[in-house]
Amino acid sequence: MTAPQTLATAGPDPDLLYSEDEDALRDAVRSLLADRSDPATVLAGLESDVPYDTRLWRSLATDIGTAGLLVPDKLGGQGASAREAAVVLEELGRCAAPVPYLTSAVVAVTALLGCDTADPETATLLGALAGGNTVGVLALPLTTGPGGVAETAVRADAGGALTGRVTSVADAASAEILLVPAEGPDGPALYAVEATADGVRSDTVTPLDLTRPLGHLTFDGAHGRLLATGDRARAAVERALLAGAGLLASEQLGVAEWCLAETVRHTAERTQFGRPIGSFQALKHRMAALWLDVASARAAARNAADALATDSPDAPVAVAVAQAYCAPVAVRAAEECIQLHGGLGMTWEHPAHLFLKRAKSDEIAFGTPGRHRDALAGLVGLSAP
Amino acid sequence: MPTDAADLRRRTAELLAAHPPTRLPPPQNEGPAGQHLSSDTEPLDFLRARFDAGLAWIHFPEGLGGLDAPRALQAVVDAELEAAGAPGNNPGRIGIGLGMAAPTILRFGTDEQKRRFLRPLWTGEEVWCQLFSEPGAGSDLAALATRAVRDGGGDWIVDGQKVWTSGAHQARWAILIARTDPDLPKHRGISYFVCDMTDPGVDVRPLRQITGEAEFNEVFLTGVRIPDAHRLGEIGEGWRVAQTTLMNERVAIGGARMPREGGMIGVAAADWRAHPELRTHDLHQRLLKLWVDAEVARLTGERLRQQLTMGQPGPEGSGMKLAFARLAQEISGWEVEFLAEDGLTYDDWTLRRPEGVDFTGREAGYRYLRAKGNSIEGGTSEVLLNIVAERVLGLPPEPRTDKDVAWKDLPR
Repeated sequence: MTAPQTLATAGPDPDLLYSEDEDALRDAVRSLLADRSDPATVLAGLESDVPYDTRLWRSLATDIGTAGLLVPDKLGGQGASAREAAVVLEELGRCAAPVPYLTSAVVAVTALLGCDTADPETATLLGALAGGNTVGVLALPLTTGPGGVAETAVRADAGGALTGRVTSVADAASAEILLVPAEGPDGPALYAVEATADGVRSDTVTPLDLTRPLGHLTFDGAHGRLLATGDRARAAVERALLAGAGLLASEQLGVAEWCLAETVRHTAERTQFGRPIGSFQALKHRMAALWLDVASARAAARNAADALATDSPDAPVAVAVAQAYCAPVAVRAAEECIQLHGGLGMTWEHPAHLFLKRAKSDEIAFGTPGRHRDALAGLVGLSAP
Repeated sequence: MPTDAADLRRRTAELLAAHPPTRLPPPQNEGPAGQHLSSDTEPLDFLRARFDAGLAWIHFPEGLGGLDAPRALQAVVDAELEAAGAPGNNPGRIGIGLGMAAPTILRFGTDEQKRRFLRPLWTGEEVWCQLFSEPGAGSDLAALATRAVRDGGGDWIVDGQKVWTSGAHQARWAILIARTDPDLPKHRGISYFVCDMTDPGVDVRPLRQITGEAEFNEVFLTGVRIPDAHRLGEIGEGWRVAQTTLMNERVAIGGARMPREGGMIGVAAADWRAHPELRTHDLHQRLLKLWVDAEVARLTGERLRQQLTMGQPGPEGSGMKLAFARLAQEISGWEVEFLAEDGLTYDDWTLRRPEGVDFTGREAGYRYLRAKGNSIEGGTSEVLLNIVAERVLGLPPEPRTDKDVAWKDLPR
């Protein structure tokens, strides 16, 4: 058996560092989040009826301009790339911020970019999402990863009326525009539906991760505008899922970073047996091992972001590696954070649980680590028995 | 004089024109005594000329094999020389000299020591070894008991036992740390020397290891005489000098560049592809996890290299050795298990004296056993975790009861 091409040559060397522009963007996002979305603020807003922090979203998406990073200038965006969006997601991960960045500015935007952007309606939609004025989501379960759209749950008739039900859609309640993959009369198609249109119902779910709301969407003859059909529709959705999975790794990196930093801070201060507990090898070795995992997750996440940004043929491998690696690292970091905080880690008052819930939900989002490893088996020529 | 890539290419071309190297089919780097044809420059003469042209290690000072140039540009010189088929100095054979002795001599040596030692070290004419670890001083290296006492003539007389010394049986020189003042606390009574391995008081014995071979030696030192001119750094400053050596050791261990599926994971993946009859679901799942871990370790190393090239060294270096050790052990363990009946066999238990570790040239059982040393040699994984926790994360140190006690009063 021979391995496919991507195995022998991993492509040109990826740039795994951060550029000066990326560092500047990080500074801007971090200082905004420090003001508006510190863990205490996020915690206080958890059980409100508002699905996301609209003021924070406006500052982040519109004022700093992060919603349009993936969109070319001529379509109303910033003309940046997945590398910059990844930096934003690292920062959002560091505070488990309740904003629809990954779903709208990454996944929905990427799906639209895969459609015909010369079409005025598509261009208008992209402009609205890129400006942060409109939130859009791709109507697929949050669990769906690359290669995971087997059969669509929604059917479209020749007039564009959509019928069906999609469960566990992230940020469904925040969205004004729903991008709905559906089985049309001529095969797969992608439709845009107003969230407030007749025949659209959104039922909120009580999520494990309160910072990323979920909803079940029911379409009962709702009118959709056709965006793409056939292979183009399928490729647009696939590319959106690849971008979502790949850049989720950067969010997971941010989650893990916060957990490690917070754990180090706490164990260096907390005194038992007459010593800071962080001086005991049993604890410091766990944190040192976690540090190595986080440093490694950074390389994996940067590699995925760079592969997406450069449209590398290696992107499917880079994304699968990043998800298979970063998802468990974020979960372990959050679990260690809870354990090394002792009783404090079990309280609602301490924000550690926000990161545990985010990390565990992220592990399932866009394909579990096991599904990404299965995908790799095919990509790199290591077939199952 | 500014040195840039163009300047280095010009200098390299001049060297090649003045000393046309023998063209040999690769791999030809068997060391300075390797095969060659008589018409062109002898490999050793070429290496000497390269050193004198400042193209050996360009970040070293002028006159000592370098040009005071940025280290990142070394790759320019190496690529030109490789393309021309020039002989190399076989870094695998002289790694301790290049990676540990040389940076220490450069930083702490006198001008005379630098002139005497660095050129034959780099060309491979003189092999170096390292006399640091002792039976009673492993992770707690500063507790070492080898004594160096000054005689009436000012020479040092050294007595003691060192262990895990690779290359001692081939070495002309050793870097040695020994206790010069037992009345001081352990870190403060140590001095650093260059030891002549041909001294009649040096007795080198092979140390057979769990693989059956003997990469390493025990070295017994009895009345070994070292002139004071061969001391590196001040008397009592040996611990500080040794830190330079040890930091370079860890960088060297974690630093090699790899392609995807380079190293042991490539062997395991090839095994999997070649033997469909041995595949099980459990082994498949574990192989895919290891493949991901190996690919991420490769990327982490690549990121570290990019940081070094950009002049922003990160602390990932100390972590890379941890990751490498764990991966090597897990992958080789997987491989022995996967091979089933072949995993029950071993290629060769003969006591041999290999020049280095050949992880991919031997069979799975060897890899499995040799990899056990990866988490012990050059700082155990436990000590490295302490270093990461205290120096990178800034966690408080363990209480140290032996820090301010005279070495002679410590329990042993």
